[in-house]
Amino acid sequence: MDTIALKGIKKVYHMGGDVKVHALRGVDLTVKKGEFAAIMGASGSGKSTLMNIIGCLDSVTAGDYFLDGVHVNDLDKLQLADIRNHKIGFVFQGFNLLPRTTALENVELPLLYDRRGRIKDPRKRAIEALERVGLGDRMDHEPNRLSGGQQQRVTIARALVNDPALILADEPTGNLDSKTSIEVMSVFQELNREGITIILVTHEQDIARYAGRIIMLRDGLILKDEPIKVYRSAADDLNVLRNAMDNGGNEEEIVQ
Amino acid sequence: MRSLLTVLGIIIGVGAVIALVSIGQGASASIEKQIAGLGSNLIMIFPGHARVGGVSFGAESHRTITLDDFKRLEKEATLLKGLSPMVRSGGQVIAGDKNWSTSISGVAPNFLEIREWGLTMGEFITARDVLARRKVAVLGKTVASELYGDADPVGQRIRIGNIPFQVIGVLKERGQSMGGQDQDDTILAPYTTVLYRMSDGKNINTIMASAVSTEKMNAAYAEITKILRAAHKLLPGDDDDFNVRSQTDIIETATSVTGIMTMVLGAIAGVSLLVGGIGIMNIMLVSVTERTREIGIRLAIGARGGDILVQFLIEAVTLSLFGGVIGILSGIGLGKMIANLIKMSIIVNPVVVFGAFFFSGAVGIFFGFYPAMKASKLNPIDALHYE
Repeated sequence: MDTIALKGIKKVYHMGGDVKVHALRGVDLTVKKGEFAAIMGASGSGKSTLMNIIGCLDSVTAGDYFLDGVHVNDLDKLQLADIRNHKIGFVFQGFNLLPRTTALENVELPLLYDRRGRIKDPRKRAIEALERVGLGDRMDHEPNRLSGGQQQRVTIARALVNDPALILADEPTGNLDSKTSIEVMSVFQELNREGITIILVTHEQDIARYAGRIIMLRDGLILKDEPIKVYRSAADDLNVLRNAMDNGGNEEEIVQ
Repeated sequence: MRSLLTVLGIIIGVGAVIALVSIGQGASASIEKQIAGLGSNLIMIFPGHARVGGVSFGAESHRTITLDDFKRLEKEATLLKGLSPMVRSGGQVIAGDKNWSTSISGVAPNFLEIREWGLTMGEFITARDVLARRKVAVLGKTVASELYGDADPVGQRIRIGNIPFQVIGVLKERGQSMGGQDQDDTILAPYTTVLYRMSDGKNINTIMASAVSTEKMNAAYAEITKILRAAHKLLPGDDDDFNVRSQTDIIETATSVTGIMTMVLGAIAGVSLLVGGIGIMNIMLVSVTERTREIGIRLAIGARGGDILVQFLIEAVTLSLFGGVIGILSGIGLGKMIANLIKMSIIVNPVVVFGAFFFSGAVGIFFGFYPAMKASKLNPIDALHYE
């Protein structure tokens, strides 16, 4: 069973008067379990809309969307909220942790809204998630005591805590500097190696190349959909970067 | 700090209600105690036109109560256990080198019984004293203290106005009356003495009577009215030109006064609570706007509209209850302070406290509802992009 199966997806927005915006004009896409796909495109290409639809935050005008076998089109608002809670782990651009709340409490947040009641020990789950992203020693820190990269890692831990079918990341490195961006991508790559399905939306080529597949959108349609032939390790790039910086180089130049 | 300012209205409203009601209840209890202290089954007859809903102490009018009236009642009333006229005069009292200005009341021997009062020293006025218009006086505790300190005044001579009297007794201490007057600042003498030697010989200020029993009070009322109407030669259509009042009337008047007070201050409290509630609604709206992105994230990761609604509602109620608790504590403190100033005790009724607590919670729910509703209806996509 595919994790994501999109068939003939169309999305039309009605803006006042008779103005209609065709954000998506017929998209077919499947993503299998364990894949690491990057969705790219310029503004207006429809990538944000596609992401919102995959994330069950928005509905389609036409077409079918199957998420982990569930036909999402039919679900009502409450069911959609549950699907988002159980099946999707969100990582957003910018800082999306609750202020004045510890990292641990932030990671536990999805468990708060989990109505299945299947998780016996939410705290333990949250601690495990944090350890998995390498923040076991900063569980009681509030966001203002965490760096940008660490905050994003907390967000990733939160996305993992409910054992979702996929992680959906929308420009996760948008607010981070180059070095931290690579750091975050190495976390994604490691999670993907452990079998987690990841869909990443980005406009940066440098970030997309760490994925396993690139899907390019233009004007509401898929232009290109290719696997990445040569695997590029973010962890390796990170080490190179660190060594170079220790030896007194300029960070921006090295990244180039 | 921001929370404190927000709930200021609630604090004031609740504090005012608690303080007021506690003082009011303390006052009511005090009034009841005073009135009970006047003597049970006590009926008082005054001159003047009957007024609806009002008690006027010492109202003067065309017609007064005379000694004849008293004698009529003495002879004809069957439902009265005791009758005493009260003739008032005032003046300077001199004892040795001390003087004191007070009022003198001329009364009958059964006055003590009617008023359920007693003596600490000496004896009371007798029928013989009344008959002979003897110049004997019974001092109230305050007068005795002022003129004689701790010494025994019985047997001593005093001058009241120009007239020499002999002290024959001292009254038990009674304390303040309902109207705030010192009941111990008085001198009692035979009513004939005061009427003929100090007053105009005809008019008496009050007749005090006690009914034979509480059950017969209404009947006693009616009987007195009938006898006096005949004595004053009133025609069937005429108003009474005297007032017959009992404890119940006085209690009712006092209660209605406090009732009005309660309503007025209740209105003020109500307005304050309204202001406080609006403050809460305002602050919650601001809070919802400030946390739009946070709400978006919660919605995205699986919160339902209902979860958000409950979350913000709880915050609003917490705010209002916080204000309520501070208000209750302030109100009790304020009430105690005022009670100390007017030398009265207050009664803090747990029912009222609980009611105020519950009501401030209700204000939180009511005024917090609209902002919470707004929050719950946010679209996650828009909320996530809010800057």
